[in-house]
Amino acid sequence: MDNPILDIRDLHVWYRTYGGYAKVLDGVNLFVHKGEKVGLVGEAGCGKTTTMRSVLRILPESQVHTPRGQILYHGQDILQMNQRELHHVRTGGVSMIFQEPAAALNPVFTVGTQITDVIKYSGLSKQEKQKDNIKNLAMQAISEVYIADPERIMNSYPNQLSGGMKQRICIAMAIVTARELLIADEPGTALDVTIQDQVHKLLRGLVEKKGMSLIMITHSLGVAREMTDRIYVMYAGNIVEVAKSGDLFRKPRHPYTLGLLESVPKLTGGGMAEGIYGQIPDYLRPPGGCRFHPRCPRAIARCQEEKPNLADLGDGHQVACFQV
Amino acid sequence: MTEPIMELKDLKRYFLVHKSGGKQVFVKAVDGVNLTINQGEVMGLVGESGSGKSTLAYAVMGMYKPTGGRIIFKNQDISVSSAKRSLSLKKDLQIVFQDPGSSLNPSQNIKQILELPLKVHGLAKKGDLDKKIIDLLQTVELSPNYMYKSPATMGGGERQMVSIARALATDPSFVILDEPTSALDVSIQAKIINMLLKLQQAKRLTYLFITHDLSLMRNIATRVAIMYLGKVCEMADTVQFFKNPMHPYTRMLLSSIPVVSEEEEALKPQKVVSTGEIPSPVDVPPGCSFHLRCPEKTGLCTKADPVMIEAASGHFVRCHAYAKM
Ligand SMILES: Nc1ncnc2c1ncn2[C@@H]1O[C@H](COP(=O)(O)OP(=O)(O)OP(=O)(O)O)[C@@H](O)[C@H]1O
Ligand SMILES: Nc1ncnc2c1ncn2[C@@H]1O[C@H](COP(=O)(O)OP(=O)(O)OP(=O)(O)O)[C@@H](O)[C@H]1O
Ligand code: SF4
Ligand code: SF4
Ligand SMILES: [Mg+2]
Ligand SMILES: [Mg+2]
Repeated sequence: MDNPILDIRDLHVWYRTYGGYAKVLDGVNLFVHKGEKVGLVGEAGCGKTTTMRSVLRILPESQVHTPRGQILYHGQDILQMNQRELHHVRTGGVSMIFQEPAAALNPVFTVGTQITDVIKYSGLSKQEKQKDNIKNLAMQAISEVYIADPERIMNSYPNQLSGGMKQRICIAMAIVTARELLIADEPGTALDVTIQDQVHKLLRGLVEKKGMSLIMITHSLGVAREMTDRIYVMYAGNIVEVAKSGDLFRKPRHPYTLGLLESVPKLTGGGMAEGIYGQIPDYLRPPGGCRFHPRCPRAIARCQEEKPNLADLGDGHQVACFQV
Repeated sequence: MTEPIMELKDLKRYFLVHKSGGKQVFVKAVDGVNLTINQGEVMGLVGESGSGKSTLAYAVMGMYKPTGGRIIFKNQDISVSSAKRSLSLKKDLQIVFQDPGSSLNPSQNIKQILELPLKVHGLAKKGDLDKKIIDLLQTVELSPNYMYKSPATMGGGERQMVSIARALATDPSFVILDEPTSALDVSIQAKIINMLLKLQQAKRLTYLFITHDLSLMRNIATRVAIMYLGKVCEMADTVQFFKNPMHPYTRMLLSSIPVVSEEEEALKPQKVVSTGEIPSPVDVPPGCSFHLRCPEKTGLCTKADPVMIEAASGHFVRCHAYAKM
């Protein structure tokens, strides 16, 4: 198999906080091949966004410490890149759909201004960047995300749009310039399922047509199941299970994955599940050994002492747990 | 037993927007909604993005003055703007906003955020303030050390829990939850929902629950209403609704739900491929507003707007296909 276009190795990311270092990412390994659609799922606060923001190096540098790890993009470590190389990655290679559309859009500029700015500063050729072409590209991007009336939208300020519309504008901004890898951080949460379905189709189509790769961050396991080829399950800054998407749902193995699947409200009814016992750890003082042990129904003494590594179960299925 | 607590009567909210060229047009965000919510129920409001759910919620909260129609809460007409509402009404009606990021003031810490409603409504004495805040954090499973965190340093999920805590601070009787868990993972969602349901039982709360998650509604709502382009197109009790979905848009919704197992897959109506232009609320097409996307449209649908009928007991639908009977 060819080399992955993105290969995150043993990534540790800590935040400096008032009370000391919050040791959030604790050795994340994740790779994506060309044309592959990869899902990243896990509880709120487990570090999904932190991981992907590290890839673009858009975490607040003064607050972040990266004691260990590499993020190889075409074999070159993003963490070691200079500003010029980094700029190249951001405008020509990787683009990201941000999780909170309201926060990603600037309230004082119209949507039109914001989209055309993205196009102006992108890696497009001079010719493509001619004035009327920019407007056309922007309008086209807006209609591609299934919003009627692109003209009204171009002239609107973010607060004049519904939540789902803002989210689709962020998607539009990411896809106008998308090149190689699209990172979508919860792109469907604010959309109704029919539009979500259409947006997913759009993303899938784009990825397939342009031969792009996709990392889809989501806490909807159903979406991950339908959208991706492979899924990484993350718990408290660790990847605890990786498998082909079908396999993850047919034969989930990690106790945490099982807990997550259990918690999904089912269309078959039967009321709400309890959710996984306990809460994600305090990153200032994360538990030793397996970080899941305080919440794990299957924990044994060893789990408190030692950290389990990802072990291969064959066919790309890997699990980090002593009890599997 | 089923006593209405909130009644929306022909509620309308339009926005005037400017198109380029100086032309002015109306966005009919909410366009004639009739909805009765009974004391103690969990009313699920589901619908298209941009169909007017949040606008409806904001009108109920008094943040937008209705363009037409009335809002009756506990037998009192409250179709006035927030400024004209009494303090006790404001305490009684609360909302959890869709965007946890932008609804929390980034320059305040969590303690200051939760303090404000307690102080405004005189709900805690000075000495009890900290304890009350810790209690509130506890109801949403956040540890006391969150008091001094700022929203910017928290994950999306954690922020949403703070907004829920803030809404519950004033001990309201009617709470609008505008996609309160769409930013949360399933495990925390399960806990928050269980907590919301427990509180609802204990305090006889009524919820208007706005969401895109029909699987979630299947498990917790007493009734479900579906909105499309400013209007309600179907409404029924939850069991009926899922047993016999009637409106073509509802069936499209149900068939698009992402699920995690084969059993659930089997329960979905046959895949109705979601295609077609989503019309703009500025140019609502004539006839049935869904006809551009409807796989079952007939000649009549492009001409006449269907009216809401009760197709089965308590099951309302706005579609010509059912009117013929
Ligand atoms: N600037 C920061 N300073 C300190 N801690 C931070 C900062 N940003 C994030 N964190 C913490 O890092 C952890 C991981 O956050 P992150 O946003 O990566 O989670 P996530 O998996 O994307 O969660 P969600 O599903 O809620 O979006 C959280 O506990 C969060 O509070
Ligand atoms: N302040 C405003 N000015 C102009 N138009 C507005 C304003 N607020 C909302 N709209 C328009 O009203 C329509 C309904 O928006 P609303 O936010 O109520 O939708 P929604 O059903 O909550 O959607 P979502 O599920 O995406 O959150 C949209 O077309 C939106 O652009
Ligand atoms: S290693 Fe131990 S604590 Fe961790 S998931 Fe496995 S059994 Fe549970
Ligand atoms: S009235 Fe006609 S177009 Fe509208 S939903 Fe019914 S069948 Fe479809
Ligand atoms: Mg995130
Ligand atoms: Mg909304």
